[in-house]
Amino acid sequence: MLLLENVKKSYREPDGGVLPVLDIPRFTVDAGEQMVLVGRSGCGKTTLLHVIAGISRPDAGRVQIDGRDVAKLSESGADNFRAAMLGFIFQTFNLLPGFTALENVLLGMTFARRKYNPGRARELLDRVGLSHRSHHKPGQLSVGEQQRVAVARALANEPKLLLADEPTANVDPGNQQNIIDLIRGVCKEEGVALVLVTHGEEVASQFERVDHLEEINLVGKRMSKS
Amino acid sequence: MSLWKIAWRSILQRGLASALTTLSMALGVMLVVAVLLLYGIISTQFQNNSSLGYNMIVGPNKGGKLQLTLNTVYYLSEPVGIIPYSYYLEFKDAQERSRYDGVEERDGKFAAFTAAAIPVCLGDYLGRFRVVGTTPDMFEELRYGPEANLEYEFAAGRNFQTRSEEHGFFEAVLGSAVARELGISVGETISPSHGVPGGHEHEQKFTVVGVLRPTGTPNDRAAFINVEGFYLMADHATPLEEFEMGENEVAAESEEEPAATAKKSEAPKSLYPTTPLPVNERAVSGVLVRTISPLVTAGLVQQIDRGRTAQAVLPVREIYNLFENIVGPIQAVLLALTVMICIVSGLSILVSIYNSMSDRRHEIAVMRALGASRTVVGSIVLIEAILLSLGGAALGFVAGHGLIASAGGIIEERTGVQIGFFDFAPPMEDVELWIGGPLLTIPISTELWVLPSLILLAILVGFWPAVEAYRTDVARSL
Ligand SMILES: Nc1ncnc2c1ncn2[C@@H]1O[C@H](COP(=O)(O)OP(=O)(O)O)[C@@H](O)[C@H]1O
Ligand SMILES: [Mg+2]
Repeated sequence: MLLLENVKKSYREPDGGVLPVLDIPRFTVDAGEQMVLVGRSGCGKTTLLHVIAGISRPDAGRVQIDGRDVAKLSESGADNFRAAMLGFIFQTFNLLPGFTALENVLLGMTFARRKYNPGRARELLDRVGLSHRSHHKPGQLSVGEQQRVAVARALANEPKLLLADEPTANVDPGNQQNIIDLIRGVCKEEGVALVLVTHGEEVASQFERVDHLEEINLVGKRMSKS
Repeated sequence: MSLWKIAWRSILQRGLASALTTLSMALGVMLVVAVLLLYGIISTQFQNNSSLGYNMIVGPNKGGKLQLTLNTVYYLSEPVGIIPYSYYLEFKDAQERSRYDGVEERDGKFAAFTAAAIPVCLGDYLGRFRVVGTTPDMFEELRYGPEANLEYEFAAGRNFQTRSEEHGFFEAVLGSAVARELGISVGETISPSHGVPGGHEHEQKFTVVGVLRPTGTPNDRAAFINVEGFYLMADHATPLEEFEMGENEVAAESEEEPAATAKKSEAPKSLYPTTPLPVNERAVSGVLVRTISPLVTAGLVQQIDRGRTAQAVLPVREIYNLFENIVGPIQAVLLALTVMICIVSGLSILVSIYNSMSDRRHEIAVMRALGASRTVVGSIVLIEAILLSLGGAALGFVAGHGLIASAGGIIEERTGVQIGFFDFAPPMEDVELWIGGPLLTIPISTELWVLPSLILLAILVGFWPAVEAYRTDVARSL
């Protein structure tokens, strides 16, 4: 389902130097599989998710999703692919403030062809327990509720793979477990593969598969050795 | 959800900034629309009034041609002087001349070229309106309207008569605006005042026998009295020394002068005399002449100008020149200014959108992460610019028309042009005639041209932020 091979990514620093962030020989996730990727802050988790989502391009290597190499798609091809195949949950929710909860979910459908389905948007809001708040704007929702809307939005287009970037980092502790349960629950129901990254071990312990980015990433290994 | 709705939400989200930019655009468009409408009004009016039903004005040989035209056609500015009544009679044939005592029995010198000649005596006022001493021919011989084919009609009453059974020489007809504003109706009497608005009132009263229907011409704003009655009012007999005759022209009649003056001073003074003032004590401010054919006009102008007693002007040409040299350029400058206001408003939209780009960049990145392409996010920003300009334009249109409609009363009063909220500026063809010149025919055609121009402007000002949106680095902005 997801296959990374020899993926390299480095950033150019303001002083002109090069900062290597990713060097991953191999990383795979099966269809419908749920796994967690643990790594301390700054080790390249977000960068990795961006590379998988086609938001950033790797400097080298293959990023294959469902048999297609995302790294080789044209930019608009990658946009379409992302809209159709991937869901993304952000650490800071990233709901658009001018739109209601329902509209935020619909927004995810707007950019994908043939996916626009208000009925499904309402069902998803119902599923995350927010049907009664569907006409509220993000500013009128608690952070926990905002992240639930984000979960519904990420699933709007019936993706095959859900990428969650520290989804509970900005949620109050009482709600963190609910969010994790919700994400895992809906992914299971919909048969969506889940890659969740976090820097906290407590979330990781609930998953059958736990990878440490420092181990699969050669840059991380070098850094942790030195 | 359509891109339009997404753009609309973005506008609402930045409510205050959006409202302010829309307002500035609305003001710009309001001014453009108002100028175009006024422009239309003025050109329509000039067009209406350049079809006067006569093609020549003969007046005193002092003052400019334009002034003669302005005070005869529009009743504006002060009359420059007078010409003898006998000169007016040179446009009349033997039969008509025979109606006057002491006038040589022959055809007038210019009678052969003349289809109609109507005297105009200015100088008196009724309230703030001009009083015009003239003959009934004013409304019988002349036509008005763009084609100069409309007959004068009376909303009430009838035309005045040279000498009527009931009122003798003292009948009057009012233009529609005069009757309405002064609240005078048929049967009432008026007393013209001398010299200036609010000057001392003449003792003689004229009975209003008719009120004209609105014509959209300056005649709506004038009161017309029988010229015979006009001469019989105090101060209206002209001391003969005042005439400056051409050397050879009216020399014959000059010989009678002393006698006539003497006769007048002896006459018993009645307020309403039954005998008309002798011809040699009469003068006119001007004569409206319709020649029998345009072909003879130039020759007649030459002949009159050579005589030096009077000058002949072609009012349509004077009006055209006025428009061409003064009104047109002023309009053009006004229009250029308002167009610049619109461009500045456009720039303010650009600045407003551009300033919000830093907040927006994050939202754009989120949309991109949700699968929106560069083109889509660029389009959203462009649509936003278009919505802001068009919103401003719509408001501006309403405000511009509202402005003109609310000034409708004053405009009608001053120009005789009726204009309401739903009147649009006339199309370019009408105006082109007056402005001409390749420079001005392009930017303005009709009000409706404003719309596509604004869309173009919106696209231009939206383009830069749209490119910025298009270029947003998603990974960095998330
Ligand atoms: N656009 C960028 N330019 C330069 N360096 C960056 C950029 N984005 C991230 N980095 C650096 O790359 C490293 C990995 O960042 P990131 O993937 O965000 O880490 P994580 O999500 O694990 O905290 C960090 O050291 C960060 O400073
Ligand atoms: Mg991160």
